[in-house]
Amino acid sequence: MGLNSILFYFFAALAVGSAILMVTRRNVVHGAVYLITTLLATAGVFLLRQAEFLFITQVILYVGGIMVLFVFVIMLVNLDVSLLQYQFNRQRFVAGVLALALAAQLFIVIKMGKTSLFPQARVPEVLPKNTEAVADALFGRFMLPFEIASILLLVAMIGAVVMAKRRV
Amino acid sequence: MSHLLPPSILRLVLPVFYAVVIVAVLPLLAGYIVLVERKVMADMQARLGPMRVGPHGLLQPIADAVKLLLKEDIIPDKADRLLFWLAPLVSVTMALLAYAALPIGPAFQIADLNIGLLFILAVSSLGIYGIVLGGWASNSHYSLLGALRSAAQLVSYETAAGLGLISALLLAGSLSMKDIVIAQYDQGIWFIFYVPIGFFIYMVGSIAETNRAPFDLPEAESELVAGYMTEYSGFRWSLYFLAEYANMIIVAGIATTLFLGGWLRPFASSHTALPGTSIELLDALPSLLVLGVALYCFYLAPKQPVKIQKMVMAMAGGLCLIIAGVLAGALFASPAVLQGIHGAFWFLAKVFTYIYFFLWFRFTFPRYRFDQLMRLGWRFLIPLALVNLIATATALLATREWGGSLLLYTLLADAVTLAVAIFLAKNDEVDSAVPVMDGE
Repeated sequence: MGLNSILFYFFAALAVGSAILMVTRRNVVHGAVYLITTLLATAGVFLLRQAEFLFITQVILYVGGIMVLFVFVIMLVNLDVSLLQYQFNRQRFVAGVLALALAAQLFIVIKMGKTSLFPQARVPEVLPKNTEAVADALFGRFMLPFEIASILLLVAMIGAVVMAKRRV
Repeated sequence: MSHLLPPSILRLVLPVFYAVVIVAVLPLLAGYIVLVERKVMADMQARLGPMRVGPHGLLQPIADAVKLLLKEDIIPDKADRLLFWLAPLVSVTMALLAYAALPIGPAFQIADLNIGLLFILAVSSLGIYGIVLGGWASNSHYSLLGALRSAAQLVSYETAAGLGLISALLLAGSLSMKDIVIAQYDQGIWFIFYVPIGFFIYMVGSIAETNRAPFDLPEAESELVAGYMTEYSGFRWSLYFLAEYANMIIVAGIATTLFLGGWLRPFASSHTALPGTSIELLDALPSLLVLGVALYCFYLAPKQPVKIQKMVMAMAGGLCLIIAGVLAGALFASPAVLQGIHGAFWFLAKVFTYIYFFLWFRFTFPRYRFDQLMRLGWRFLIPLALVNLIATATALLATREWGGSLLLYTLLADAVTLAVAIFLAKNDEVDSAVPVMDGE
């Protein structure tokens, strides 16, 4: 097992472990902190595959942007109340079936791609510059979907402003 | 050094060495920035400032550090202990991590990342978690309000500052900090002359991001005691302080690299040697400057009242003399060594000039109200940054399509942006003159 595999399993274990902790914590702020750890560990996996731009986008957008707003809102919640409330719906059967279905899907996908369940991590040699490659794809081949997505986001933003604006 | 160790090992050893140096020197640097801050403040208020510990308070930072280390560490009873413990660590770790991609000279850089600038921005924006979690974990209203203000302020001003940076990135065409500086060398001009408004926007945004006056609402002492740090004491408190000053150096380093030519000396692209030698006048300048400071220290030393203060002053002079000697010695070494040592000198000189402006602003402008701060960010800086960005991009395109001087086109772009700025400011005045309250 090379250094890359060790790092991969480290990040993967960190991501899965914090994800489990995130769901099971009663304190919502602790849950948010574990979610941040999960996102950072996922970013680490991206970096390991030399997807630098994806790594930094994950950190800036999810960890540095979205999660800050999450924590911002959570901090305003009255935690004493939420600690006393029941936080789980007893729907074990449905959840179990869904989890099994997901596991089966993952198994099939891995089987289709590789012969073994533990594929060797192959790290490519130095990739072309990530940022440029992403930009080429977004503004070249996928120009139209990209613009559609931006217009969708713009509409959502304007909608939020209109709904939040108080009547003067 | 390359003949001592094989390059493959040197590639690993050198960055570790740099990292250790930065982590070791930074707290000292932060302490002395605090001293400079107090001295500048005193000077602007016609006082003397710290004078007791060492000559002219030169040893004050060390005394302060010892005091902080020995103070009692208080954790509030109802605090969330885990997060209370974690929060200052997050702040200081993220602030230190950002130094990994900062080029202090052509050779003195821990890692030249392809995404260098984004890395620094991302990591330093993670420092907000230290503030937010610390404020929440303290279980105090002052702390929570400070943390909320900080989060809102950072998210708002990061956008404006980032858009200001992009205008310089357009000119550089790379995200690697090293390539950005090299682009300025190749084009023979610092980017501040192409995008002065982008620099201005980044400067305002960076003050807000580092929670400095006049945008220091998260720790506004007249309203919130000490904001998010209210419940912190002793060493944990000093970690927050270290993070704040480390962040100041980081934003100054980003501004230096993107707008002020990084480690390049002024007129880096023109080479005219002094007659009869191979030394250029501007290369000799740093050593002469530091030599002047050293001589001034020696001149002041006998005038100190106490014997130990005389000694410390003479030691400070001796230190400056050594630095001047190193800078002068570099003149006669190979060009790579000259670039390395003088690069570090110019970079630090620019960084500290930028930080001096920070101090100056702090003692010149009164603190903003929170709604004023938000309005300035969202309704003035962000639209202005967008217009500036579009104007700069158009100027670049025009040069590419029709030829001609980029400086001329960017001047035109700046004029347009300024007109928009005046329009925005005027419109804002009309609005803010009529405060609208809920339920009225």
